[in-house]
Amino acid sequence: MIEILPNKCDFCGCCVGVCPEDAIELKEAEIKIIEPLCTNCSKCIWACPIEVIKFNRNGVKAAS
Amino acid sequence: MKKEYDVIIVGAGPAGSMAARYSAVQGISVLMLEKDRDVGYPVRCGEAISKGGIEEFITIDQRWISTPINKFSFISPGGIEVVIPLEEQGYILERKIFDYALAESAAKEGAEIQTRAYVYDLIIENGKVSGVKVEIAGEKKEIKSKIVIGADGVESRVGRWAGLKTYTDFRDMESGTQVTASNINVDQNTCYFYFGKDVAPQGYLWVFPKGNNLANIGLGVSGIIGKKKSALSYLNDFMDSKFPNAPVLTRVAGGIPCTITLEKIVSDGLMLVGDAARQINPLSGGGIASGMIGGSIAGRVAGEAVKMNKLDHIYQYESDWHNRLGKRHKTFDNIKNGIFHFTDEKFNNIAKSVAKVEVDQRSIGNVFKVALFNNPSLMLDVAKAFFKK
Repeated sequence: MIEILPNKCDFCGCCVGVCPEDAIELKEAEIKIIEPLCTNCSKCIWACPIEVIKFNRNGVKAAS
Repeated sequence: MKKEYDVIIVGAGPAGSMAARYSAVQGISVLMLEKDRDVGYPVRCGEAISKGGIEEFITIDQRWISTPINKFSFISPGGIEVVIPLEEQGYILERKIFDYALAESAAKEGAEIQTRAYVYDLIIENGKVSGVKVEIAGEKKEIKSKIVIGADGVESRVGRWAGLKTYTDFRDMESGTQVTASNINVDQNTCYFYFGKDVAPQGYLWVFPKGNNLANIGLGVSGIIGKKKSALSYLNDFMDSKFPNAPVLTRVAGGIPCTITLEKIVSDGLMLVGDAARQINPLSGGGIASGMIGGSIAGRVAGEAVKMNKLDHIYQYESDWHNRLGKRHKTFDNIKNGIFHFTDEKFNNIAKSVAKVEVDQRSIGNVFKVALFNNPSLMLDVAKAFFKK
């Protein structure tokens, strides 16, 4: 699953702008992934200018 | 605050404020909602704009000018500098104060403004957008309106809730980061642009002075580059090599959607403006002036629609925008896609040929001619850019 590190996030919204699924919610200084909508496509990770979005393998079914 | 307005604008940046002003001036009721506690802050912007871009909307005021700009300097990957005097003066703004002044100009025309107002959904009735659901300082409310204008920036979601496709392909999203640093000893009236694969591949790095050796230093790189190395990492490398001990006063991140305008920027009861509509100049990444233009057109058309009691009229905004700037942005986008694939060698060759032109002979047009004449392959790239559909 995809995780945003809240302490490092600048709340700039770049990730929201590239999310094809509308799966990220951003308020003034709060951000969260709307998990039922997230497809783990990782575009937000590539677009994040300051490396605060990470892919966490825990919780994702390993490919067999 | 009332329970119902003619027009509600989501977002109080330059595009939102112009939409508010140009609709309110027609004597209709207008409410502008801003999610942050302040209008104009935080500033996620290099703050450069042309004189004409400002003067169309507001009289120049020294309170929000950091420094006037009269030269551009382009630095090639090999370090060849080409300085070009500008035909039209530019400015580096103090956006915090500039955005305030724009919002005030909307308020003077009668627009209401509410900060700390987070719009989390739209009211949709019979397929038409009819207002917003908003959380104001923690309290949820529904406010109805005839028209909603989404000016909610690169992170816009308002359009999506109305069924428009508004996200940007990650390859067209320039991931940006910027520091405002002091002790940057550069000419205070020159904007510097650095190019090349080591500095900012598929993008550029800017050093924009703000007076007294303060400067905005930032860069944008395509999401396809960010996959391997982040914008932050490129900026840190540049600062370490050029300005290693510069104190950093501000550090921001931001997304710059460098692409053509969204295919649809209007749906029933909804209009999108500024970054939310992807109205940025895709070649320069500049979006203040184009956002104000988009906002002003949308505001005018929305006001007309309310006064005529003919809400279908808002679709007029789409063609008015494309005739004013949208079509030109398509050409700029094609040029951008050509430049994206320039090698460092090509950048250096262009810089070498232009450096031979006397400084007083260098206008943007003349430089372009020399660059083309001495680099025939560039001619092909530009031709491709102009003639591609």
